[in-house]
Amino acid sequence: MGLFSIRRRNILPGFGLSMGYTVFYLSAIVIVPLSMIFFNTVPMGWDPFVHAVTAPRVLASYKLSFSTAFFAAVFDAVAGLLTAWVLVRYRFPGKQFLDALVDLPFALPTAVAGICFATLYSPVGWLGATLTRWNIEIINSATGIVVALVFIGFPFVVRTIQPVLEEVEQEIEEAAHCLGATRWQTFRRILLPHLFPALLTGSTLAFARGIGEYGSVIFIAGNLPMKTEIAPLMIMSKLDQFDYAGASAVALVLLLISFSMLLLLNAIQEWQQKEYR
Amino acid sequence: MGIELQNITKKFSGYTALDNISLNVASGELVALLGPSGCGKTTLLRIIAGLELPDVGKIILENKDTTNLPPREKNVGFVFQHYALFRRLTVFDNVAFGLKVLPRKDRPNRKEIGDRVEHLLKLVQMDWAIKRYPSQLSGGQRQRVALARALAVNPKVLLLDEPFSALDAKVRQELRRWLRKLHDEIHVTSIFVTHDQEEALELADRIVVINKGRIEQQGTPQEVYDHPKNAFVYNFLGNVNVFHGRIKNGKVTLGSHHVDAPDELKHAEEKASQAFVRPHEIGISRIRSSETDLTGTIQEVRLMGGQIGLNLACEGFDHPIDAEIPRDLYINLELAKGDTVFVSLNRVKVFTGDYVI
Amino acid sequence: MLKQPTPETAPIVKKRVSDPLPIQMLLIGVMLLFFIGFIFLPLGLVFAQAFQKGWAFYLESITESYALEAVKLTLTTVAIVVPLNAFFGVTAAWAITKFNFAGKAALKTLLDLPFAVSPVIAGLIFVLLVGSRTPFGSWLGEHGIKIIFSTPGIVIATLFVTFPFVVRELIPLMEAQGRDEEEAALTLGAKGWQIFAKITLPNISWGLLYGMILCGARSIGEFGAVSVVSGHIRGQTNTIPLHVEILYSEYNFAASFAVASILVFLALLTVTLKVALEKQFQKNSFHH
Repeated sequence: MGLFSIRRRNILPGFGLSMGYTVFYLSAIVIVPLSMIFFNTVPMGWDPFVHAVTAPRVLASYKLSFSTAFFAAVFDAVAGLLTAWVLVRYRFPGKQFLDALVDLPFALPTAVAGICFATLYSPVGWLGATLTRWNIEIINSATGIVVALVFIGFPFVVRTIQPVLEEVEQEIEEAAHCLGATRWQTFRRILLPHLFPALLTGSTLAFARGIGEYGSVIFIAGNLPMKTEIAPLMIMSKLDQFDYAGASAVALVLLLISFSMLLLLNAIQEWQQKEYR
Repeated sequence: MGIELQNITKKFSGYTALDNISLNVASGELVALLGPSGCGKTTLLRIIAGLELPDVGKIILENKDTTNLPPREKNVGFVFQHYALFRRLTVFDNVAFGLKVLPRKDRPNRKEIGDRVEHLLKLVQMDWAIKRYPSQLSGGQRQRVALARALAVNPKVLLLDEPFSALDAKVRQELRRWLRKLHDEIHVTSIFVTHDQEEALELADRIVVINKGRIEQQGTPQEVYDHPKNAFVYNFLGNVNVFHGRIKNGKVTLGSHHVDAPDELKHAEEKASQAFVRPHEIGISRIRSSETDLTGTIQEVRLMGGQIGLNLACEGFDHPIDAEIPRDLYINLELAKGDTVFVSLNRVKVFTGDYVI
Repeated sequence: MLKQPTPETAPIVKKRVSDPLPIQMLLIGVMLLFFIGFIFLPLGLVFAQAFQKGWAFYLESITESYALEAVKLTLTTVAIVVPLNAFFGVTAAWAITKFNFAGKAALKTLLDLPFAVSPVIAGLIFVLLVGSRTPFGSWLGEHGIKIIFSTPGIVIATLFVTFPFVVRELIPLMEAQGRDEEEAALTLGAKGWQIFAKITLPNISWGLLYGMILCGARSIGEFGAVSVVSGHIRGQTNTIPLHVEILYSEYNFAASFAVASILVFLALLTVTLKVALEKQFQKNSFHH
C-alpha cells in the first residue's frame, strides 16, 4: 500500500484526477523548491556547514531573531488575551470596528508596517521624538524589532483565543461563582487553564511567524552586523554575495526550527483535543 | 422479482459488515431491514444503491445485473437519513434535479419537468413550498421533499435510510402512516432501514431482521413477531423478561418454577436454556387460578399511558419481573405498591444456545 | 481562519456574569492604548506623511510611470496567482474531503508547510531552483526563458507564499458539509462535473471567495519573497511594496507613503470584505 493508496474503489468521481493534480501542484510549488535547500546544503559537507551556521555573525542573528520573536510572542500573549477578553465579554460602542481591525496586521503589507514603525520611532517621529528625549532608543535596536513583531503576531493570538473564549459555557463560571469563588479565582483556576492551550497555540504561531519575518523588521532594525541583523537578513546578504551554499545552510537551520514549531503545535492541538473530549 | 441480492459480503478494515447476505424482494413490496445500529443494514442499502461496492455478491434489479453499474445508471431512488437536500437549491429545483441532469435526448422539456415536479410535490403534500429553500422547512417537510426528489426519476426501487429517525415522536407516527398510504398508491418496490421495531411492524409488508451482518429471520410482521426464530429476534422485537434456566426431561426449570419445554426441545438432553416472556403476556390476578402461578409482590408501579407497568418480586426468582397490564384491569384489581398478587407466565418462549443478551 | 459567531451576531439569551465596571473600563482602556500605539498611529501616519507635500504631489506620486508600472505588475501577479491557487484549493479540498485514503493527515500538514517558511527562504528556494547560476536555470536561460529577476519569478514566489490560503479555508468547510449531497446527486443520475458545478461549488462559494480574498491580499503585499527574486528593476520587476521600499530608501518619504496609502486602502478593504463575508458565512451556517 503506497502513501496515498485507495482503500476501496470510490463512488464519487474524480479521485484520481483531483489527487493527481494535488500531488503534482504541491510538488511543483512547495516540495521540489523546498528540497533545494537540502540539495544545496548537502554537497557542502559537514564541517563547512557547521562553520557557516556557527559564524559569529550568523549566531548573533539567530540569537536576535529568536529572542525578539520570543519577547514579541510573550507580549502578544498578554495583549492578545486582554483584547480577546474585552472583545468577547464586554459591550461598548465601536467594538465591532476594533474587532475588524485586529486583522489589519494580516492584511497590511509588511513593508508598509515596516516604514510606518521606522518613521513613528525615528528621532523626529511622532513617538520617537519624545522617547529620544527620555533616552529610549527604539529604532536601530532590538526593541524596535520587538515592536514590529508584536504588530505582526498580534492577530494570531487574538483569533486563536476568541473562539475558545466564546465557547466557554457560562454555567461553568456560574457554578464556580456559586461555590464561592471570586472573579479572580474563577479566572485563574477555571478559565485560564481552559484557555491555556489556545494561548499557547496562538503565541507559538506568533513566535514562528516572528522568526521568519522580514519586511516589517528591516526598516526599523537598522541592520547593524552583530547587533540588529536578523536571520532572514543574513540569508539575504549571503544571497547578494552569491554564496548560495551559505544561504541554504542558514536557511536550513531556520527551516528545521520552524518545522519543529509546527510539529510542536500539532502535538499541542492533539493533546488539547484529547484533554477536552 | 424487484430486487435480488445474492451472497453479498462486505468487509471493512477490521470487521465484516455484511456476511453472505441473500435476499429477494418482490416487485411492489415494502420491506423493512431491521437491526441494531452497526449491524450492517445501512451498508446493505448503500450497496443496493451503488454507493458502496460489495466485495462478493450480485445485485439484480428487475432481472438486470447491476452489481458493477455506477449509482447514476442504477435508477434507484435513495432517501438519506438526514435528507441530503441541496441547500442552495429551492424545493422545486431539488425535485427537478434528477430530470435536469438527464442527457439532452432523454430530458423532458421545461413544461414537462414543471408538471412532473408539481405533481410529485402535490403527492407528498408539499406543493405550497415550491419556492422555498430546505433551510426554511421542518424535518418532516424536508423528508417529504427528499422523497419527492427520489421519486422524480421514476426509480425502479426506492431505498430509505432510517427515514424517520431524525424526527420527533409525533411527526414520526404521522409520517409513517402517510408513507404506508403513499406506498399503497404508487407501489414502487421499496426497502427501508430502521432500528425501531414498532416502525418495522407497522409499516412493512415483510421484515428482515439483521444482526452482525447476517440475516436472522425474515417474514411478515406477524410471523416474525409471533414466531421469532431465535433469542435475538425475540429480544429485538420488543421488551422481554429473560430467565436463565436449565432444560431437563421435557421441562424447563426457571428458578423454583417449571414450565413445559417446547415440542422441538421435548427430548433434548439436559442443557442451559433461556426463557423469554413479554411483559404484556404476563397475567396478574388476586386469586390463584393454577398451581403453576407464582406469588409476587408489587415493588413499583409505572404509569405508561394506556398500560400500567408493574415491577414484581417473585418467590424463587433472583431478578424482578416486569409486567404490563391494561389500565382497566389495574383499576378493577385495586392494585397498589406492596400488594401480593399471583403471576402467571403465559406463552413462555424457550431458546437454547449461546445467545447472550 | 473563519471566526465563530460573536456575541453580537449570536443573540445572548442570558446576561453573562460580568466584571465590575471599573475593571471593564480599565481593560478597555489598556486595549485602546494598544490599538492606538499599534494600529491607529501607524494608519494615521501613513496619510499624514502621504499628504505632507500636498494633494498634487500625492496624485503625482501615485500616477507617475514607475508607480503605475508597479501597480500593473502587482495586478498581473494577483491575476495569475489567485486563480491558480483557488483552482488548486478546490481540487485538493475535493480530493481530501470527499474520499478516504491513507496518508490524509500527512497531506494536510504538507499543505500548511509554506506558512512555516520565512518569506526570504520562499524567495531563496526559487533562486536555488531556477536562478541563472543553477543548472536548470542556465538551461532555461539558453532557451531564452528568464524566471528569476523577472515577472515569472515574482509570480512563482507569490504562488508559494499564498499556497495554503484557499485550501485551508475549504477543507474544514467541506468536511463539515459531508458527502451526502454529492451522493444524493449521484443516485439522481448526475455526472461528475454536474455534481461539482450544481451542488459542490454553490455550497462552497462563500468559503472560496473568502480564501481568495486572503490569498489576494497576501499576493498584493508580499515583500520578502518577492524582494529576493525580483532584482528591483524599476519599471520592470517592481511590485507596489518594492516600489514603496525603493522610494523610502531614497528618502523620498512623501512619495513612499503616498504609494503605501494605496496598500493601506486595499488592506482596509480586505478587512471590511472579511467581516462582511464572515457575516454571510454565519448566516449560511445557521441554515444548515
